[in-house]
Amino acid sequence: MDDTFLLVVRTLDATLRVATPLIFCAMAGLYSERSGIVDIGLEGKMLAGAFAAATVAALTGSAWLALGAAVLISMSLALLHGFACITHRGDHVVSGVAINILVAGLTIVLGNAWFRQGGQTPSLPADARFMSMDFPGAEAMSEIPLIGQIYAELISGHNLLVYAGLAAVPLTAWVVYKTRFGLRLRAVGENPAAVDTAGISVVWLRYRAVMICGVLTGLAGTYLAIAQNAGFSRDMTAGQGYIALAALIFGKWRPWLAFGACLIFGLLDAVSIRMQGVELPGIGEVPVQAIQALPYVLTVVLLAGFIGKAVAPKAIGQPYVKER
Amino acid sequence: MVETAIELRSISKSFGPVQANREVSLTVAKGSIHGIIGENGAGKSTLMSILYGFYEADSGEILVRGAPVEIRNSHDAIEAGIGMVHQHFMLIDPFTVLENVMLGAESGPLLSESTRAARTELERLEREYGLYVPLDETVGDLPVGQQQRVEILKALYRGAEILILDEPTGVLTPQETDQLFEILKALKAQGVTVILITHKLREIMAITDQVSIMRGGEMVAHRDTAATNREELAELMVGRKVRLDLDKTPVAPKDAVLSADHLSYSDAKGIQRLADINFTVHAGEIVGIAGVSGNGQSELLEVLAGILPPSAGSVSLGPITATPENPGDPEQRRLNGIAHVPEDRHRLGLIGKFSAEETAILGYHNNPGYLSGPLIDRAAVRADCEKMMRDYDVRPPDPMLQSSKFSGGNQQKLILAREMEKNPDILLVGQPTRGVDIGAIEFIHQQIVAMRDAGSAVLLVSVELDEVMSLSDRIIVMCGGRIIGEVPAEEADARMLGLMMTGIPRDQARNADAGAQVDA
Repeated sequence: MDDTFLLVVRTLDATLRVATPLIFCAMAGLYSERSGIVDIGLEGKMLAGAFAAATVAALTGSAWLALGAAVLISMSLALLHGFACITHRGDHVVSGVAINILVAGLTIVLGNAWFRQGGQTPSLPADARFMSMDFPGAEAMSEIPLIGQIYAELISGHNLLVYAGLAAVPLTAWVVYKTRFGLRLRAVGENPAAVDTAGISVVWLRYRAVMICGVLTGLAGTYLAIAQNAGFSRDMTAGQGYIALAALIFGKWRPWLAFGACLIFGLLDAVSIRMQGVELPGIGEVPVQAIQALPYVLTVVLLAGFIGKAVAPKAIGQPYVKER
Repeated sequence: MVETAIELRSISKSFGPVQANREVSLTVAKGSIHGIIGENGAGKSTLMSILYGFYEADSGEILVRGAPVEIRNSHDAIEAGIGMVHQHFMLIDPFTVLENVMLGAESGPLLSESTRAARTELERLEREYGLYVPLDETVGDLPVGQQQRVEILKALYRGAEILILDEPTGVLTPQETDQLFEILKALKAQGVTVILITHKLREIMAITDQVSIMRGGEMVAHRDTAATNREELAELMVGRKVRLDLDKTPVAPKDAVLSADHLSYSDAKGIQRLADINFTVHAGEIVGIAGVSGNGQSELLEVLAGILPPSAGSVSLGPITATPENPGDPEQRRLNGIAHVPEDRHRLGLIGKFSAEETAILGYHNNPGYLSGPLIDRAAVRADCEKMMRDYDVRPPDPMLQSSKFSGGNQQKLILAREMEKNPDILLVGQPTRGVDIGAIEFIHQQIVAMRDAGSAVLLVSVELDEVMSLSDRIIVMCGGRIIGEVPAEEADARMLGLMMTGIPRDQARNADAGAQVDA
């Protein structure tokens, strides 16, 4: 009984760790898409952020400098996306995909040129990373059943960025629904002409939205490269940017629902890790590949038919041109 | 000396080679209702967009209350006390009325205080001007008349003393139009200056104090409304004499050729759009369908044209009977002498990137006359298109010009030519003059009547009540997907039809109307 409980708690604990980059990216996408800018480039921005973080951490040994570099790089890419989509009214999907392809190639080329480790960055020592923090009394509490175990295993023992990811959700909900910026953000994604005629600059509003998006994807990349792992490896985002986008749509572009979707995807991932090598009664050992494919299969199935009618921001993907 | 609210001096604006405004000057007196009238493309909307900061003028000067101002964007215009109600409402559908009004005029970075302040101020404005709107309702759920009030409230909330309304009555029922005019009079009484842009002569005569007429990007005349009349205004707008009334011979209906029998239609979401529709149209008559946009007229037209299948009941059109089991398709209709001029020409009538000659054979491209073997006989198509352009006065008469490059009226004439020159037995027409100039309207109306006189059955769907009333021999009124009643054209009047369009049966509409007249 106790073992089962501990197993559940540990799986949830793993869920949080796996879901953190998804949460950052989903919130990042939420700002961008609520403003009307489709962001299929979450993946690329996150990957670039991860590479920048790992590189700077390897060179300087400072996790905080690494974080700053990641945010800077991701935000530059976000601004590039904004320049293409907002200023030059380009196609949002084309621009996003271009960023993804650019980053996928560039990180490997630069990594090879600088570190000569086949596209990887050097393994980082603990003080160049964001390490797990044990809350006071966690050790002692872990002896207490239930509550103590939850405290020690689930609540305590994560790195700073996991908590930041969790904080990003209520913060986003508050910004989007309770502030002037949020009201305008939601408005510009629905009807930019209405925002323009209300005397607000559509362009500046959308640029601010993509910049916030850049910051958050930078945090996601930082988490991947120097918190969850000890360095950058090629294509280490492995489609999580797309999964986060799916979670955002699954969550109907609302912070808490998108957060829930991220946790579901995270849970599936965590379970799939636990399931490896486990014998299931009547089936036998499930092939690893089948389990690893599960989150992606679920994404397709959920998006194909189970989310009901997702109402996207009405003006999403449409460049704003003053009518003739 | 009357105080001026707005003075425009020699405003010019061009878009590439197109001169939209040329040396336009205008003076609007404070506290007056000033009409600006002109055909599509006359430059009215451009001029007002310049005043509201949507575009910047190439040259010229704007004076507000006697002082020169520079208006580079909407923000500057709002600062100068100018508000605008756009033709297509600038509202955020999923937002509440309150959120829509305060957007861009919030009192601080947090919404809670802005909401409180806006609510107090709005309640005051509602009382002062009699502009009642439920503040916590979602805007998308409100009827268009109420949405328009939200737009007016938005302008007033920003402190507008000069209110521009761009074609405000296009989407309103006659009753809603009357209510709007009451509101405008209340605004005028409070000292607000109103600029009304419209192409409807009746409205200019009904409510304005002064009227300015634009044609071809220039201001051609200013008149005191009391000192002019509809005929003079129409002539000034078009630049030549226009006949406003239609010459029609008495109707001579023959056999019934089009009928609907307990017809119903539900869309893909399962919402019933047409419920138990029954009517007949005879050869040699025009039956008009009146109704507020979105009450099932579009679906009726598309079911008849074979684009949508009936869900229950049947329709028979000449030799064809369409049922839910056997709905047929548009091509089958065309082959059997049924022509369809769709409501939305851009969506269903033409392909913008196609040349005029390609548009001229759309849907009829399999006619043997247009083919030589498996290939299109370009020469035959060209010759036919040139003939259509001559007969229907399509300008410019260039078969190779891209369809989207023609003006709305000329596009419409081309589509009418395509559908009508095959001498169909049944002609289904939707919104024949939407976005069409007054001169072309006259021509299109004459062609439709000529079709009738030649023995075709014509079914006309239009949201322009004037058009339905002047063209039709009988008028069917629809509301909420049902037929509310039928009125012979000679007994119809706008007030009664307007009431029926809101779902009130004819007997009650007539009584209510009589009551209203006694009150007045």
